[in-house]
Amino acid sequence: MMDYSNRIRKTARQILEEKVVDIVIGFKKGTLPMMTEPVLINDPEKTDQLYWDSFCNMNLANYLPKRTEKIGIFAKGCDSRNIVNHIVESQVKREQIYIVGIPCAGMVDKRKINAFLDGKELKEIIESETSITLKGEGFEHTIEKKDYLQDNCKTCLHRNPTIYDELLGDLVEENQGPDPYDDVAKIEKMESGGKWEFFQDLIKNCIRCYACRNACPLCYCPTCFVDESDPQWVGKSNDTTDTMTFHLLRAYHCAGRCTDCGACEQACPMDINIRLFTRKLNKDTLEFYNWEAGLTLDERPPLDTYKPDDYDKFIR
Amino acid sequence: MTDKMIKKEELKDFLRELKKNYDVFVPAKGDDSFHSFKTLDEKETFDFDFRNTRVSPKSFALPQSESMFEFSLNKEDKDANILKETKNDYTPKLIVGIRPCDANAFKLVNINFDNLEFRDPWWSKRLESLTLIGLGCNEPDSTCFCTSVGGGPFDENGLDVLLFDLGEYLLMRPVTDKGIKLLEKAGVNQEADNALKKKADEIKTTSEEKIISHVPTDKLKKKNLGDLFNAPFWDDIAFACINCGTCTFLCPTCWCFDIQDEVAQEQGDRIRNWDSCMFPLFTLHASGHNPRSEKVQRVRQRFMHKLKYYVDKYDNGVACVGCGRCVKHCPVNIDIREVFKLMNE
Repeated sequence: MMDYSNRIRKTARQILEEKVVDIVIGFKKGTLPMMTEPVLINDPEKTDQLYWDSFCNMNLANYLPKRTEKIGIFAKGCDSRNIVNHIVESQVKREQIYIVGIPCAGMVDKRKINAFLDGKELKEIIESETSITLKGEGFEHTIEKKDYLQDNCKTCLHRNPTIYDELLGDLVEENQGPDPYDDVAKIEKMESGGKWEFFQDLIKNCIRCYACRNACPLCYCPTCFVDESDPQWVGKSNDTTDTMTFHLLRAYHCAGRCTDCGACEQACPMDINIRLFTRKLNKDTLEFYNWEAGLTLDERPPLDTYKPDDYDKFIR
Repeated sequence: MTDKMIKKEELKDFLRELKKNYDVFVPAKGDDSFHSFKTLDEKETFDFDFRNTRVSPKSFALPQSESMFEFSLNKEDKDANILKETKNDYTPKLIVGIRPCDANAFKLVNINFDNLEFRDPWWSKRLESLTLIGLGCNEPDSTCFCTSVGGGPFDENGLDVLLFDLGEYLLMRPVTDKGIKLLEKAGVNQEADNALKKKADEIKTTSEEKIISHVPTDKLKKKNLGDLFNAPFWDDIAFACINCGTCTFLCPTCWCFDIQDEVAQEQGDRIRNWDSCMFPLFTLHASGHNPRSEKVQRVRQRFMHKLKYYVDKYDNGVACVGCGRCVKHCPVNIDIREVFKLMNE
């Protein structure tokens, strides 16, 4: 995984020099361990800034809408699925982008590492193929990446990009792991009152910063419903009713479109397991429509299509 | 009044004593993965072995949401449609363990809310009801840069009492009259001995040396505002930004708010809520025009406000206390320390 950085730089330089694209969108190394920053590069001489490690946890598809250039983009499995979404939803044209696919072994969760370090400050990380060495004042630990993956990466079924013009490296083996929805099944078993309590407790620390919404490639509406002022649909205070309204509506807007990339959860400054809102909808669309988002350019998500010959009477 | 000392094991007794006169707040984790200031409850759980709270304690003076006025829309009511100031809770509150940077922030923000032109009664009443016992930072983070922006890990500015954690003992340094009275009332009267004072001086020096992040600020005041506004680096800084409110909401010095009326049946509240210059709605005019419709304009605003407009307007340094929260928690790693360098170049 580590030599992706060099391959990314080489590919970026090539496609910029050959004018295949006007700009490339990738990651650069962060100023802190476990941090990366999405970056736009338009000069082949600056491609050395590009970088890849197990903390490229944002979804670069988020940076595509409204751009007019020909764009080269580096895409993990989930990013590629969101690119498919964008194409299907007319946010970007297929011919406008050159997708460099990155088979992904999963991203490592900085929250889990911080929990492991229990308040000690991480100063440096050294990453190898399967492990990471964590260094700080008076400690050095080597951990196995597979034990600290983001929850969504643990259950991800599409680590390989679903659409690409070029692939960097060999395809990785897809997860054959445990039931990806056992966490949802647990919540499904609760009484309705218990579910309500569960979700109220989940958002008790929410500060309405909207990092979850803004990190999400699906949220590209020109004006989000929470930002409408005429009429104003949702209150602005931190009243639980308003906060819950935001979270529930945001989740429902993602139904059948969410790729479970985990960017919402990684962006949340309050460590809220925000994916629990969208997971049930992913499970439902899979069970009801045999649908997973972002796998095909030929079909629209089930909840934004209408067929006159639908087999359900109520909708005909 | 001179420095006092107590044994660390006496801290709980000290806090119990303070509870007689104040609502006491202490750093604690509870069920969360991070610290925040929580009410000192019956279980008396607190954790002084913490770096800092995830969200700054600015909400003690500027709650995320607070009612300013109440009103009735009931025509039968003799006071219908008249705004009445909400009876908020201004009982004395004490934060124990606040970090010096965050105490500094109250001072810094106060210039905006309480000056010759204006006095914001809600902010001022809350601030007056606050007493701050600070805890100096023995182990500052690598993202802390308080010493570059007028503070320090044992800075006394804004505090009533400063605590030095010296192992077996706590040295208590009263800073204000409020602090002196508080210690007297709590029966803290053992003078700190010279050995302990020396140890306090030493830990202050070593801790200052442990601050490895430094940002330049010397040229900001002299810089031409228009040049900075039109500087070529804003597009690069802004590209990654997702325009969330993480930086502004975690920040101890971001003070912007929005006022809204909320009505339930015939009773209403005029509420002010934290707002963020990162949000497009922040500057949306009633006409539909938005002077900061582009992301880059909003990103520029945040840094220009902190590092240029505040500097020019109040001549009180930058509007940043170097706590490093935005550095650590920006989901896309926009690092204000890098922006300091670019703007001060």
